[in-house]
Amino acid sequence: MGDSLLVDLSRLQFAFTTLFHFLFVPLTLGLAPWVAILDTMYYRTGDERYARLVRFFGSLLLINFAIGVASGIIQEFQFGMNWSVFSRFVGDIFGAPLAMEGLFAFFIESTFLGLWLFGRGRLPRRLHLSTIWLFVLGTWLSAYFILSANSFMQNPVGFAIDPVTGDANLTDLGAVLFQPLTIVAWLHTIVGGVLAATVFVFGVAAYHLKRRQHVEVMRKAFRMAMITGIAAGALQFVVGDVLGVIMVDKQPMKMAAAEAVWETTGPCAPLGLVAVPDQEARDNSLFIGVPCLLSIVATNSLDGEVTGMNELQEQYEEQFGPGDYTPNVWIAFYSFRAMMGFGLLGAIWMVFAWWKTRRGRLPTSKLFWSISIWIIAAPWLGNLFGWIFTENGRQPWVVYGLLKTEDAVSDLSVGLVAVSLAGFVILYAIIGVIEFVLMRRYAIRGPMDPDEPMPGEPPRVESSAGAP
Amino acid sequence: MNLPVIFFFVIAFVWSVFVFLEGFDFGVGMLTRILGRSDGERRMMLRAIGPNWDANEVWLLTGGILIFSAFPTWYAAAFPSAYIPLLLLVFALIIRALAIEYRSKRPDHRWTQAWDNANLVAGFALPFLVGVFWAGMVHGIPIDGDGRFVGDSLWSHISVYSVLGGLALVAYSLAHGAVFLSLKVSGPLLERVTVTARGMSLITLALMSVFAVWTWLAYADDAIGATMAVLTVLAFAIVVMAVYAGRLLLAFWGNALGALAFMVSIFAALYPNVLPSTIDDGFTLTIAEAAASSYALTVLAIVAVIGIPGVIAYQSWSFWVFRKRLTKDTVDAGHY
Repeated sequence: MGDSLLVDLSRLQFAFTTLFHFLFVPLTLGLAPWVAILDTMYYRTGDERYARLVRFFGSLLLINFAIGVASGIIQEFQFGMNWSVFSRFVGDIFGAPLAMEGLFAFFIESTFLGLWLFGRGRLPRRLHLSTIWLFVLGTWLSAYFILSANSFMQNPVGFAIDPVTGDANLTDLGAVLFQPLTIVAWLHTIVGGVLAATVFVFGVAAYHLKRRQHVEVMRKAFRMAMITGIAAGALQFVVGDVLGVIMVDKQPMKMAAAEAVWETTGPCAPLGLVAVPDQEARDNSLFIGVPCLLSIVATNSLDGEVTGMNELQEQYEEQFGPGDYTPNVWIAFYSFRAMMGFGLLGAIWMVFAWWKTRRGRLPTSKLFWSISIWIIAAPWLGNLFGWIFTENGRQPWVVYGLLKTEDAVSDLSVGLVAVSLAGFVILYAIIGVIEFVLMRRYAIRGPMDPDEPMPGEPPRVESSAGAP
Repeated sequence: MNLPVIFFFVIAFVWSVFVFLEGFDFGVGMLTRILGRSDGERRMMLRAIGPNWDANEVWLLTGGILIFSAFPTWYAAAFPSAYIPLLLLVFALIIRALAIEYRSKRPDHRWTQAWDNANLVAGFALPFLVGVFWAGMVHGIPIDGDGRFVGDSLWSHISVYSVLGGLALVAYSLAHGAVFLSLKVSGPLLERVTVTARGMSLITLALMSVFAVWTWLAYADDAIGATMAVLTVLAFAIVVMAVYAGRLLLAFWGNALGALAFMVSIFAALYPNVLPSTIDDGFTLTIAEAAASSYALTVLAIVAVIGIPGVIAYQSWSFWVFRKRLTKDTVDAGHY
């Protein structure tokens, strides 16, 4: 069914709007607890340096959060507008996690952010501090619920196909909410967010340290970010590996594509460094790899065998009938490497920076500081490539093994979807630039004058001395 | 009563709360540009909705999600049919959010003016599109015997009736926003918002009355339809009288009643269907046909029973925390 141009445009619109949204999500997930911790430290110690960091990173968090929320709304509508067949198919399943996301996460997130922002000085201090932590809880829960819906698309569980309508019906909520894939994918996303936020804080602090301005507070931020970032990087290595093992079991085709393994290989399967996959010939025109490494990574043994895409294709044809069940291997192979490479680059650089700045040293090398600033981009690229990898690897399915992407679209006119996609590209380009400019301005301006009030706080006595 | 019918009215309630809470946010969004003569006045108006507008918006998302969750077939037919109104709605929501959050990030007149203009346009578009969406639904869309939308998405929600519904909600938002501001602001601005509240509540009464009578005669020609029309007119008449009597808190709650009457009369007109087919009456999608499985609805019922009262409780608390009338000093000090 369906016009292939319509399918392509609808996919492009979903990918574009979702990836744009995900430019802001990781930073919120990671920066929110960062600000909450700083505010807690301020509450505990009364140290003015923490207050300055709360003000500074709080304002960056808000600029980012505003556009993150605004760009997320479309998803709730787009499922129905562009993917109505899909919506009918999964509505019974998606209902619970999405309703929970709305009622248990979005409301908490937005209400308590409002209370934190405007409630300083109006609420008792302890209660006020708890509002930022509730905000963090809201953002993390929101990620959990939406990932449980996404995990259903990757690996459907807890359902039965309705004999009358042919759509999926929920039979086991616990299975949908708590399947291992959901839990691990959530951890992977949260740790990815924390990593992005720490590298961001690290880079912003590096900007000021390079110019030797706000040294006292920025040094604190730099160190805190470095320690959390290195820990997050190490943790991500483990979580990513666990997720990979689950994926090999649930979506072997995705993982075979990630490694460009066409024919079942092993023992001692090589891990590819460079591959030029030929989708038509179902083989690689070129493949350079490290001997035996893939067997070790994928199966934890030298004699491990890795199932290839051609064998899986035969299995699927038997199971689902004729058709091509192989995702785009070129995208899978390189996005997988880009995800890991960019994702860990920030953490690796922080290890180096930790050594360079040991015992309070401040390197004089301009290059060191410049790289420390530019490294901010790395986790962003890692996060985006991660989504490109996992969603591309699911193809041709929208719900794995149950519903194909090409069968899931709304029967709209191609022109209409082209116009809406163009609309999104233009609008997002404009607001993306505005957001970037504002973030840059606020980051460069640095922490405000210590006398300036916290967001929502009445003016300090000292600073309002001149006022009537 | 069975679960699908209960959910049908739960959804009506959620959309009512959305119209009630976001109604004044949209109104304030427009009035900021229209009535605010200085940056201080404009910031004061935005401050009035500052702590709450974002959470108010979640009622809209929840309203949409619950249609998806409880009635997947309804969602899958209605949303593609309203492609253009919903697309513009999303654009307007994005612009509105950034207009509120970013306008005071730079002390540059052209910057703030541009965002205030954007907020004016978005504040108009949002209630208008919501009205068009729901009135279009009452009017019906082309769906086939399988409950699938088969029409042309460009015009399927546009009719004189749906445009009237949209304009009625725009007027409502302006009146409601002005009443809300009259409870929150101080200084010379207070006089201006009170005058606006008078004029706009009269216009709202007129438009809402025409819309209510039309809904009754054309789409709900029975005792319930008549009752809902009377209730709608009555609610907005109370608002007008209260505004003129200077009893603005009463007017504010009158608008809450009005929002409820407006949304429930739409749902009552649809009942026992969720979506009438303009192709063939036999294709009309009923509540029973569109509903999710009973297991899924049971899960949703538990989520709703815990979630909705909980949200109402802490959101009310938040409103209570920020109940004080704003003064120039509080606005100068804070965020925005």
